[in-house]
Amino acid sequence: MKRFLYELEESWRIAYAQMRSNLTRSTLTALGVIIGIVAVTLMGTAIGGIQVGFDKSMAVLGDDVLYVTQWPWKPVDDWWNYRDRKKIQNEYAETINRMIAASPNSNLMVAVPTSSLMRSIKYGGNEVENVFTLGTTSDFTVTSTIDCKEGRFFNEIESRSGAQVVVIGYDVADVLFPSESPIDKSVLISGHAFKVIGVNARQGTFLGLFSWDSMVAMPLAAFNKYFNLKNELDARGENQGESDVRVKVKDKTKLVEAKDELTGMMRRARGLPPEKKEDFSINEQQAFKSTLDPVKNTIAIAGLFITGLSLFVGAIGIMNITFVSVKERTKEIGTRKALGARRRTILLQFLIESTALCLLGGFIGLAVAYFMCFGIGKAFPSFPIQFSFGLVIASMVVSVLTGLISGFAPAWSASRLDPVTALRYE
Amino acid sequence: MDARQSVRQLGPVVIDIENITKDYVMGEEIVRALRGVSLQIRRNEYLAVMGPSGSGKSTLMNMLGCLDTPTSGHYEFNGRNVAEMDDDELAAIRNREIGFVFQTFNLLARATSLRNVELPLIYAGMDPESREERATQALTDVGLGDRIQHKPNELSGGQRQRVAIARALVNNPSIILADEPTGNLDSKTGEEIMVLLEDLYQRGHTIILVTHERDIAAHARRTIHLRDGVVESDEQTFVPRLETVAAS
Repeated sequence: MKRFLYELEESWRIAYAQMRSNLTRSTLTALGVIIGIVAVTLMGTAIGGIQVGFDKSMAVLGDDVLYVTQWPWKPVDDWWNYRDRKKIQNEYAETINRMIAASPNSNLMVAVPTSSLMRSIKYGGNEVENVFTLGTTSDFTVTSTIDCKEGRFFNEIESRSGAQVVVIGYDVADVLFPSESPIDKSVLISGHAFKVIGVNARQGTFLGLFSWDSMVAMPLAAFNKYFNLKNELDARGENQGESDVRVKVKDKTKLVEAKDELTGMMRRARGLPPEKKEDFSINEQQAFKSTLDPVKNTIAIAGLFITGLSLFVGAIGIMNITFVSVKERTKEIGTRKALGARRRTILLQFLIESTALCLLGGFIGLAVAYFMCFGIGKAFPSFPIQFSFGLVIASMVVSVLTGLISGFAPAWSASRLDPVTALRYE
Repeated sequence: MDARQSVRQLGPVVIDIENITKDYVMGEEIVRALRGVSLQIRRNEYLAVMGPSGSGKSTLMNMLGCLDTPTSGHYEFNGRNVAEMDDDELAAIRNREIGFVFQTFNLLARATSLRNVELPLIYAGMDPESREERATQALTDVGLGDRIQHKPNELSGGQRQRVAIARALVNNPSIILADEPTGNLDSKTGEEIMVLLEDLYQRGHTIILVTHERDIAAHARRTIHLRDGVVESDEQTFVPRLETVAAS
């Protein structure tokens, strides 16, 4: 065991001396690994970023909120069965809340109606088009985490009275009010004036998934007064507007029971006879996740495979240079064997040489990747970059493995050399 | 005191070779490099192996140095059967029992004298402190105590060969196997190396010298001539200098 340690130390020393004396060659070979590690690491951060962005968007939906909608949150083949379903009326929220109040053991907490449209919004000379405009009640803050950077969300009084107030997203505020506070300013939404009472903190957008950054929220009563969902048709003649009911669950571990309860309530609200199928959908975050997860995983696997190829090319370079090194130092191998180096010793020596080269490449590659991540993060703040400690460990492990695997064949051939032949080699 | 007599009084048998042969396959042909060589070498002998090229001299040296195993025959090194050993067992024998001195020195170019001499001790598993102590001692013994941090390219040919000899000595081997140790040196430096080997012999080391030069072989106490893979002659040689050294 002790001898192994001494041999190990000796091997590291040789590897270091070898790299130093063949600086150009070592650098060029390491470059292959550097590029490979940079590619894999960046892909890793991108995948990590996708995961984080995805989770953030999912967090907006909330994992303890059920969504009553006309369309289910998954791709459907029989779209015609859903198209003619009755719209989800805002009034259902009221009905459900009454039912919740009437049943003390209910798994549900509160129902919140929402209606939404795309609207353009103006302040002075600035205008933002296609802003997700949401009408809801003050209970909305229960179903969704709203974090106001400035001001506040509208309260119950404003909600009931249909006050012309609006809470705007970060990006909207950024465009409309580049140099002043939006609070108490009056913005025009489709020609109607609304007073800004709050600005949401930045959330970050990702892949066009949900984000508060580019939306505005106002009391539902005001929304219904000025915007009519039925008349909102886009170029293809489809109704752009949407209304649904969000129901907060008391205990998210009892989501299934809550869903059943809510289904019953909705059937009662709609007056559906028992033999009829439901003409509404109840969705939760999980359903959305399970449709997006395969996509996310495919991106991850394909990305890692493609970037892995560049690392593979780097590994071939290492293997090649180790073969050259073995060939060049055949006589040295012979001498070492004559002095008592065993096969294992020689094998170890060359494995450590290739591993040291890969580790060096790995370190540099990681540093490069880190700075690139830093740069990308600065240049595109909205792209979620995730440079984790786990990634550092992973890329080091990958470097070592690359070194071991690519160095094995040359090291094995060196360890098998016949000492007599090796000594005679010129 | 007679030189022959002193040879007779030598210690136990270190190398015992009986009728060994070595065949090489060269394409279609089988080259019979050794055709049955028997030899006994005792502790504290100074033996020269001579012979023209193609006589099997190098092959015999490889056998004696445990770098290769014979095709047939019996080989015992300190009572252990070497002919049947595998690569790693042979490596252990080479490490502990044999000190090699090569014609081309075979030093590691980028390592200091000290590190070169330490190498066999590393393979023997010795701890760093003892290693350095032993290697420094060996270098001092060959007169290079002031050159331990020099690299081979900072040393003369003779000094390099001294480093190589120190490396051969450092593990206190049973035999020192020198293959044309003066082949790459001018005659004056070569003579210095031979004086060093003589000194080692006087201090009790067993030396096997492989050479084709009669002058060099003349330093040994016993000379073996090989021809066509067999021992042609095996004779004790009288070395007058022994008297002077012994007398002093």
